[in-house]
Amino acid sequence: MAASESYPDGLKYHREHDWARIEGDEATLGITWYAQDALGELVHYEAPEQGGTISKDTSYGEVESVKAVSEVIAPLSGEILEVNPKVVDAPETVNEDPYGDGWLVRIRLGDPSEVDDLLDPESYKSFLAEQ
Amino acid sequence: MQTLLRTPLHDRHVALGARMVSFAGWEMPVSYAGVISEHKAVRSDCGAFDVSHMGELEVEGPRATELLQALLSNDLERLEPGDAQYTLLTNEQGGIVDDLIVYRLERCRYFLIVNASNRDAVYRWIKEYEIRGSEVSDRSDDYSLLAVQGPRSLARLGLPDAKPFTFAMGELDGVEVMVNRTGYTGEIGCELLVMNEDAAALWDRILERGAAPCGLAARDTLRLEVCYPLHGNDITTETDAISAGLGWVCALDKDFTGVEELRRVKEAGPERKLIAFVMEDRAIPRQGMPIGGGGEVTSGTHSPMLDVGVGMAYVRAESSAPESELTIDVRGKPRKARVVKKPIYKREEGTR
Repeated sequence: MAASESYPDGLKYHREHDWARIEGDEATLGITWYAQDALGELVHYEAPEQGGTISKDTSYGEVESVKAVSEVIAPLSGEILEVNPKVVDAPETVNEDPYGDGWLVRIRLGDPSEVDDLLDPESYKSFLAEQ
Repeated sequence: MQTLLRTPLHDRHVALGARMVSFAGWEMPVSYAGVISEHKAVRSDCGAFDVSHMGELEVEGPRATELLQALLSNDLERLEPGDAQYTLLTNEQGGIVDDLIVYRLERCRYFLIVNASNRDAVYRWIKEYEIRGSEVSDRSDDYSLLAVQGPRSLARLGLPDAKPFTFAMGELDGVEVMVNRTGYTGEIGCELLVMNEDAAALWDRILERGAAPCGLAARDTLRLEVCYPLHGNDITTETDAISAGLGWVCALDKDFTGVEELRRVKEAGPERKLIAFVMEDRAIPRQGMPIGGGGEVTSGTHSPMLDVGVGMAYVRAESSAPESELTIDVRGKPRKARVVKKPIYKREEGTR
């Protein structure tokens, strides 16, 4: 079942429709409800290598639906601690639970000050309203 | 900005929450509930598609058969009134201007259902060759076409079983329709040709009878699983029927446009062939991806039934045998695939 639209409090958002859950010097990243809805049911997650690094505002992976491919843009920079194996095996997990079981990677933050550039839920929702 | 054409069912699609896209100059539903559930509805039960964007041409007159025999690849003499046939409109080089279904309405009257994107090209082509004693007209603006497909489709519509590639005039819940036993999904079913003004009523009756509304995305994944070619992807004016594996719809013993070239390709053996493949690595092939050693993907998707990437591609004849290994360049990454016998998906026996 597809999730219903939400942008939870406590997460930070990027204009390329990604979210970050900051926990100390680590963060969990994923794509927002809006992104998964625009793509439709996901059938493939081209994940980055564990141990690699990602840089803010650049692509670190791909998600694909039957009809479309989309790059996943990093909201923050850092080292990849873990790739979500559940999404690699069952990409539709992202549609079912984009902010929970459907997370994509966990990273160690390279530059915690980057968090200041991200949007809170209200600002992201205003940004979506302008799309 | 170009104005998109709308079918008579446009408001119905919007009310059902369809995602609408631009396709061949039309605003069409690409999906409703989701491509995977729509696809599975057609494989297991019954789905309905609005394919009113497709073109309908009528050719009639005492010399209509003579005209079409000279232009279409398949042999019309095999058809009695009430029969339909899959055929190709070919050019002088043996390339494919369009693939279409011809319906023999009467001895000297035919209906051609053609691809939306080729409607004008096909009409102009046939008009150009029109001979005295034949008349070609574009009837596309009068008709809508609804495809109802799936193992339970005929039962849900209350229609008797009939031979594939036949048609009959009939009535469905009070609406007059031409019931064609044709389709683009590999399942049993029908395509219902209806006057535009009756299309919405017919659509409502079909959904009331339990068909799931399905969009163009599911239509594409369904046809690709059973390796039906898509004009513009797998077959084009630049590809010939023999290399595309469509020799079975070419009556090479009769004369039609490009037949000499097709006989030559058949005699010499094609240099490249349109094959079906399944991904061995986890990746989704897409149109235009290059294949190692030569060739390219012409259609690719994720197969909802097999849950892997699948596709069709032209490859060199020596790499075209089933089980041959292919390497596909997926945005710079080499990914393994394996040539398979067509169709890619086949229902297991006894599971209908």
